[in-house]
Amino acid sequence: MSDEQWQRERRTVITNALSVGAATGAYGISFGAIAVTGGLSLLQTQVLSALMFTGGSQFALVGVLIGGGGAASAIATSVMLGARNAFYGLRLAPILQVSGWRRAAAAQLTIDESTAMTLARDERRFAGRGARLAFWLTGLSVFVFWNASTLIGAVSASAIGDPRALGLDAAIPAGFLALVWPRLKDRRSWSIAVGAGLVALVLTPFLSPGVPVLAAALVAVVAGVLQVRRPGGGAAS
Amino acid sequence: MSATWLAVILGTLGCYAFKLAGASVPGPVLDQPHVSAIADALPIALLSALVVVQTFAVGMTLQLDARAIGVAAAVVALLLRAPFIVVVVVAAAVAAAVRALGWLP
Repeated sequence: MSDEQWQRERRTVITNALSVGAATGAYGISFGAIAVTGGLSLLQTQVLSALMFTGGSQFALVGVLIGGGGAASAIATSVMLGARNAFYGLRLAPILQVSGWRRAAAAQLTIDESTAMTLARDERRFAGRGARLAFWLTGLSVFVFWNASTLIGAVSASAIGDPRALGLDAAIPAGFLALVWPRLKDRRSWSIAVGAGLVALVLTPFLSPGVPVLAAALVAVVAGVLQVRRPGGGAAS
Repeated sequence: MSATWLAVILGTLGCYAFKLAGASVPGPVLDQPHVSAIADALPIALLSALVVVQTFAVGMTLQLDARAIGVAAAVVALLLRAPFIVVVVVAAAVAAAVRALGWLP
């Protein structure tokens, strides 16, 4: 493999990492704004972006708290949403080949974006160097953009008087919708989405806030079990 | 400690535990068909439930208000392949307009 080819691979990886970082930055602004207008302190909001650092879970934690849910259901919802990162880590482990503190750092950067960019590189080329570079650069780029934009959103939101007058309460479900939208690819995913939505809707008048969302997770369990039982219906990726 | 801090800290620890588990737990434990099928379905179910609850719930009551119109506008934006920030801003702007005009609370 020539040096020129590696240089080209390197440039592609760097460009992609920066564009993905910038794109998540836009999303970080909305997270910061929503968290602070929802009643979290600036520090709590920033701790989530720096230490939890997995967008869907952060939005879920804040969303459940804003909706009047208790700490327990907020924690359960966000941690369950973060469970997918374990499966990303499983896919990434043979590519990254890290141990000790590097593994601890790699785990923190294991999110949707870094995983997608890493798996998009051909790991057989350049002995996996391109894939590894994609992981670390995308992870760091998203981390920097995500935290900077969270701060910008959080600080500007502190200046907002009435979040409802600006429609920020509609921005929260719209954000969740935009997160789930790319996952709705086929009939199966739509059935899960509609089923879970209905379960949460029907249970809302009967259970304390936050619990209906947890109950809807059972739809995923049923769907997962059914998929495996169906002949030839092995799990996707 | 406030309930919010408790949620922030324990939620963060839980999320990190899952991130680390994938890199540390021996493959066969997680690499089973039903486990990964459920893991694929979980984000879809949880996010969809959150969309519905955040659109229609006020505590334990259901309410049709400006949020629903905002989310409907978000659907249109997504169908037009708008990026994340546009989807969110459109939803907020439409909900704010509906309230300003006094059509819905």
